Amino acid sequence: MAIPDHLTLEIVTVDRSVAHGEVDEVVVPGSEGSFGVLPGHTPMLAALTVGEIEYRRGDETSYVAVSFGFAEVLPDRVTILAQIAEVGDDIDVTRAEAAVKRARERLARPAAELDYERARLSLLKSLVRLQVAERSRHR
Amino acid sequence: MKAIAASRLRRAQDRILGARPFAIQMQRVLSGLAAHVDTGAHPLLARRDPDAPSRPTLLVVVTADKGLCGGFNTTIIKEAGGVIAAGPGSGPVLGLVGRKGRDFFGKRGFDVRFELVNLFSQLQYGHAQAIAREAAAAFTRDEVDSVKLVYNEFKSVLQQRVVVDQVLPIPSIEPAGGGAEHLPDYLYEPGPAAIFDTLIPRHIEIQFWRALLESAAAEHAARLTAMDAASNNATEMIEDLTLYMNKVRQATITREIIEVVSGAEAL
Repeated sequence: MAIPDHLTLEIVTVDRSVAHGEVDEVVVPGSEGSFGVLPGHTPMLAALTVGEIEYRRGDETSYVAVSFGFAEVLPDRVTILAQIAEVGDDIDVTRAEAAVKRARERLARPAAELDYERARLSLLKSLVRLQVAERSRHR
Repeated sequence: MKAIAASRLRRAQDRILGARPFAIQMQRVLSGLAAHVDTGAHPLLARRDPDAPSRPTLLVVVTADKGLCGGFNTTIIKEAGGVIAAGPGSGPVLGLVGRKGRDFFGKRGFDVRFELVNLFSQLQYGHAQAIAREAAAAFTRDEVDSVKLVYNEFKSVLQQRVVVDQVLPIPSIEPAGGGAEHLPDYLYEPGPAAIFDTLIPRHIEIQFWRALLESAAAEHAARLTAMDAASNNATEMIEDLTLYMNKVRQATITREIIEVVSGAEAL
């Protein structure tokens, strides 16, 4: 089978479609580590973790913050079924900064009833959000 | 009421249009998966042995909580009745979502596994999760052979379509233009078991979630059209009655004048 020259990327969450289009390369935060996808990739079904999806169309690179969900990779198509997905412009920076602060405080002074894993994830999510927001501002 | 329905419809329509891509993609991935994955890989992928004694179907019927929306609830109930009549003799187990369906089937002595009412004014993903939990439990405990879903699909403001979907076992669709060799043989990361454990329950929730949103949008659309027709009918009736009233008044006045005139002549 001939190798297709681009990928159709689709990023959807339960309540909306976040991104859709033709791209040349996608980097996905898989639960076992990030992986890059180029056209002609072998079919794959991967669980996602908290992180950023990076996709390149020509010279233009865009970022989307995601947490959890799945990625279906086919030779000519990547579908991201995410629990949360946000592009830079959707991200409320002040809220994310406040969330980082709150999570840091909680982790610094662990109380007995603290849900450590939850606090860690919320810190991670907020940091990724800030990073994606930052990148979209500097474009 | 028409204005209320119109504003609610707009919100419901935005929600379902936003939710559709996810549900459709999920369905596509799962159908491809179900077609070539070993059915023993996950309890929810299991198929029934055709020789085993047949167990009932769990039929989830999604109606509205309220009336005054034209034929919306009646068509659903009729369609569900058709599915029940066509099924095996023992009759299905029902899951009733929405007050109207609960009121109808609840009184008729069916085996009702669960019911959920008064949810459409505050529709949340948690509702879909609750339904999915019940359905998956009934299926994995071998109490039912399959799970089917009847709901109104929102096609346009003027059109709703009654849909009967099979939720479990997950229907496998052969991809267009090819046999089994065209099916992608996936790599899984992490392993297939870990993926299935989260992906499949999620898929079921999403299918129910979509049905609830479709039904909510369709209900508001049906109410909008019904109320529009009602206002039109009322306007027409007001015109007819006004005309009749004027005629009667005219006739009374004429008669009184004649009486006065003929009285005066007699003098």
